[in-house]
Amino acid sequence: MSKIPVKMTVNGRAVDELVEPRLLLVHFLREKLNLTGPHVGCETSHCGACTIDLDGMSVKSCTVFAVQAEGAEITTVEGMANADGSLSALQEGFMQEHGLQCGYCTPGMIMRAHRLLRENANPSDEEIRWELSGNLCRCTGYQNIVKAVRYAADKLNAQQEAAE
Amino acid sequence: MIPGAFEYHRPTSVDEAIALMSRHGDEGRVIAGGHSLIPMMKLRLAEPGHLIDLRDLVSLKGIRPAGRCIEIGAMTTQQEVVASELLAEACPILREAALLIADPQVRYCGTLGGNVANGDPGNDMPAVMQCLDASFVLRGPKGEREVPARDFYEAAYFTARAEDELLTAVSLPIPPAGHGYAYEKLKRKVGDYATAAAAVVLTMSGGSCESASIALTNVGQTPLFAEAAGQALVGTKVDEAAVARAVEAAKDIAEPVADMRGPEEYRTHVTGVMVRRAVERALARAQA
Repeated sequence: MSKIPVKMTVNGRAVDELVEPRLLLVHFLREKLNLTGPHVGCETSHCGACTIDLDGMSVKSCTVFAVQAEGAEITTVEGMANADGSLSALQEGFMQEHGLQCGYCTPGMIMRAHRLLRENANPSDEEIRWELSGNLCRCTGYQNIVKAVRYAADKLNAQQEAAE
Repeated sequence: MIPGAFEYHRPTSVDEAIALMSRHGDEGRVIAGGHSLIPMMKLRLAEPGHLIDLRDLVSLKGIRPAGRCIEIGAMTTQQEVVASELLAEACPILREAALLIADPQVRYCGTLGGNVANGDPGNDMPAVMQCLDASFVLRGPKGEREVPARDFYEAAYFTARAEDELLTAVSLPIPPAGHGYAYEKLKRKVGDYATAAAAVVLTMSGGSCESASIALTNVGQTPLFAEAAGQALVGTKVDEAAVARAVEAAKDIAEPVADMRGPEEYRTHVTGVMVRRAVERALARAQA
């Protein structure tokens, strides 16, 4: 099968590559672009470790072909830090609240939480749990992940208020 | 888990998609959200030689009123169903059911059309469509036809859709104002298919049940329209005796297979529990 061209924007960078149609987006990101933030966990669209942001949606990149992302705007965890290199509120939250132990699920958790906070700036703890239900963590028991998202929401809301 | 190789097509019109489907026959598969098909392809349970991506067919997106019906384009995602104010107002059972499908990431991608066309008995929307008496719009080389959801499903993964037909939209009659509704689903965890699930829509008038429709998910080879169960409620006050008759009628037609979710007897029992809970919740929501 011949390769076909695919163009997309990843973390603000224009990308233009030739791919086999069967190449999954997660492998494209990891192996062609060397963005190893999206993790291959279950490979069956259950665990959410490969979650990225694609055109304003949280998407499991193990269940999308790279060719389907033609023209897409993609953000991976590598694109989450602030412009000056400092950690984003979510990344800081995961550090401050011990939202990770082994860290395997963390990139997916952060990317899903990123979209959640864009859609709902002040979620309740229950809403955070519900909205992160497509991401599995085997270490933390989720408690500190919820706190980390709460931390980021509070910080972002305080920044927003200060700016107004 | 690497899918087999295939040729990729991205048609820009429905006619072009149908022409590709006709040309490639059983070698071709259409892909919408891909969240059923891609996992199957990784397991090599599906190995299409040609993948026909519907993502650019914008005419298949959207939720619009159409007289006494609402038409939902096949490429409308579950997330768009959840977010629709029109549906929340006119037919809220769809939102309730959509929120019980998989998880947020999957709902951003998964489409209503894929969910109903795939023929997987575990999918939730087929029974909801049977409960609402919706129809599916199928377009093929010879033109368009509508098939009622209650006649669409033949066996697991076998439907009335011909190989060269594309399911383009779902058309559902708007339930009467003041109707009660509920979708009750027992699952072991987020992302699981139902151990058993029941969709109920009913209307009440002067304290008695005017109409009732019940359908069941994942307790047979196909979704099951439980006509007798609905009829057991009509003309009653939906009292304990009537609910018990509806529950028994639903259990009578349930034919679940034993799987990781439990043995047949358990899943049949759960079918009854789901019907009871859905009827009770629908009744509480109905305006008398």
